[in-house]
Amino acid sequence: MAHNQPSVVAPYFRDIDQQREANTLGMWVFLATEVMFFGGLFMAYTVYFFNYPDAFHEGSRELNLILASINTFVLLTSSLTMALAVRSAQTDNRKWLIIFLIATIVLGLVFLGLKGVEYGEKFQHHLVPGPHFEWDGSFFYEVQLFFGLYFATTGLHALHMIIGVGVLTYFVFKAFRGHFTSVSYDPVEMVGLYWHFVDIAWVFIFPLYYLIDRTIQ
Amino acid sequence: MTVSSPPVKLEKPPQNYLNWAFGIKSWLLTTDHKRIAILYLITVTLFFALGGLAASLVRFELITPQGDLMSADNYNKSFTLHGMLMVFFFLIPGIPAVMGNFLIPLMIGAKDLAFPRLNLASWYVFMVGGLFTMTVIVVGGVDTGWTFYTPYSSTYSNGAVILAALGIFAAGFASIFTAINFVVTIHKMRAPGLTWFRLPLFVWAHYATSIIILLGTPVLAITILMVGIERMFKIGIFDPALGGDPLLFQHLFWFYSHPAVYIMVLPSMGVISELITAFTRRRIFGYKAIALSSLAIALLGFLVWGHHMFVSGQSVYAGLVFSAITFMVAIPSAIKVFNWTATLFKGTISFTTPMLYALGFIGLFTIGGLTGLFLGAAAVDVHVTDTYFVVAHFHYVMVGATIMAYMGAIHFWWPKITGKLYNEGWGISSAIIIFVGFNLTFMPQFIMGYLGMPRRYYAYPDEFQIYHIASSAGAAILAFGYVLPLFYLLYSLFFGPKAGDNPWNAKGLEWTTASPPPHENFEETPIVTEEAYAYPVPQKAEVTSGA
Repeated sequence: MAHNQPSVVAPYFRDIDQQREANTLGMWVFLATEVMFFGGLFMAYTVYFFNYPDAFHEGSRELNLILASINTFVLLTSSLTMALAVRSAQTDNRKWLIIFLIATIVLGLVFLGLKGVEYGEKFQHHLVPGPHFEWDGSFFYEVQLFFGLYFATTGLHALHMIIGVGVLTYFVFKAFRGHFTSVSYDPVEMVGLYWHFVDIAWVFIFPLYYLIDRTIQ
Repeated sequence: MTVSSPPVKLEKPPQNYLNWAFGIKSWLLTTDHKRIAILYLITVTLFFALGGLAASLVRFELITPQGDLMSADNYNKSFTLHGMLMVFFFLIPGIPAVMGNFLIPLMIGAKDLAFPRLNLASWYVFMVGGLFTMTVIVVGGVDTGWTFYTPYSSTYSNGAVILAALGIFAAGFASIFTAINFVVTIHKMRAPGLTWFRLPLFVWAHYATSIIILLGTPVLAITILMVGIERMFKIGIFDPALGGDPLLFQHLFWFYSHPAVYIMVLPSMGVISELITAFTRRRIFGYKAIALSSLAIALLGFLVWGHHMFVSGQSVYAGLVFSAITFMVAIPSAIKVFNWTATLFKGTISFTTPMLYALGFIGLFTIGGLTGLFLGAAAVDVHVTDTYFVVAHFHYVMVGATIMAYMGAIHFWWPKITGKLYNEGWGISSAIIIFVGFNLTFMPQFIMGYLGMPRRYYAYPDEFQIYHIASSAGAAILAFGYVLPLFYLLYSLFFGPKAGDNPWNAKGLEWTTASPPPHENFEETPIVTEEAYAYPVPQKAEVTSGA
């Protein structure tokens, strides 16, 4: 299906520039709300970290640093492929657009898979808050709180990843049909912004949960 | 496929957004901001009626000192339902999602909002939220109060807290969608020549409101989510017994819910600026001051949440700072009131229905705002915390200001929305009835609150009965005043005379197009060459200001 010029600009916009500016501003405004959304969890983290620093250090040591480090690398790389996908759309390079979109999806899925492995470990070690939570050391409730926040934050992050992967998959199909051209690449750029946001959120989550106490014992 | 949009080619009435397409589907799947505004108008009115019903249960119970009409539990559920419905399903979406949705594109000369499908999604998400809340009523209600304080809400309450939380979560996202649309539309879709300082103040007010919604609502969403997580998985995020901090909940909650007061009142201030200028036939006094004071309120409004927590155990020094900033918010609010009053000065005032609502607004908002200063003073607040003084104060702001403006807006733009004129005599009487009923309801609450009547109690000492009876009687008058417009407005819809494009002879782009407006809003994109409210300067004023 060839891209038909008239349908690129919605009827309520004056021209394509107005449409593109509106889309871009809309996405940035949405990301601002996302920052505030995650901000609540970071606020709770900050308060309890200052209230219970020892418990948070002990909890942090139970997290799998190696898997999380690999995941950080995977996610940062996926941001690169995402950026390259946007570039390919802008330059009308459909083949590479599809390749980079798929690469981003695959990296996203790798991240989610490793995250799943990590969650599985926590289940096995009875570190999931709730009736089956077990903790031999001191600070039973405080460490449970740490893991509660850990699951809430990384879970919310993973949910954002899943939504991102879903949208990207849909976009692969649209890219196959030639929906994205150097004129109508906005949607790819918008999902790119979203993907980078999710990436940056992880850049904050990673040190706060995994790296707060890694001095050699 | 059902029967949808049959091509009716009568050609008799000119094409407008109402006869542009027919059938249920053309309404439920519309992306026209005007039709979505109508959808919101209908649903918001329903929620208002339900919330009002809950309020009347509360007022009935309080006629006698003993708790005889209902149990304490049911009383708790009634005022919780009243608060939840009124705050999250009427006051917050009320003016923005109905009037703002309808008017902003018209006022800035655009064909639609920037994201029409997002706009429709907003209504659906709002409906989902409403559905959750309706389910709450069916499964037995929730008794936490609209504030959902922890650890009661997260651990002890056996009401449908999670369902209620989901309802508010969804309603919050609906307002986020609307706000994204407003910000982008106001930034990017203004007609040629319509610079920022030529925008109607209604648009400025909605811009400031949108910023508050965007920065505040996500915080409420995540807070509610944490309460839900705590309730489901028994993690003590806010439960002191499990290491959590209930004060953190209050901080996060009021970080949204105090600015939410400005989400409710800023759009109504925008409405008032339009009404006052139209019915005094004057340019507004201090345009820039009013425009910028909206932004100042949005900004300062985020820094005062701690004044809800003076007795909660937060640090005294934090209390002092919050108290000081609270006094500062009074400044931009006062700037507006003074400028509206100055606009009245030597104006050609006509006392139409919308104008009566506007004047009522100024009086009631002033009382609500000034009593807010009592409460902002930490020492006085300790005395009246959780009494009817607080209840009266925020009803003066939320009902006295916001609903007065909402009613004024509905009447003012009714001819534009429907193309019909309502009966002015009925309009004026209902405005007066509402004003009288409102004051009779809430003025006694100031007194009994100051005398020590606590809020949220279903039984009380005999000495307060006289005030409660006055309040309940006022509520009955108020309810009558609210029902009245339903009849004469609906009557006008079918039998009212045609309004014409500009029945009030008012300025503003929305009055330059047909009533009801065509689907595309304007035949061709208008070009703006003058300031907002460019009413002719009266003769005398010209002589004095001619120098």
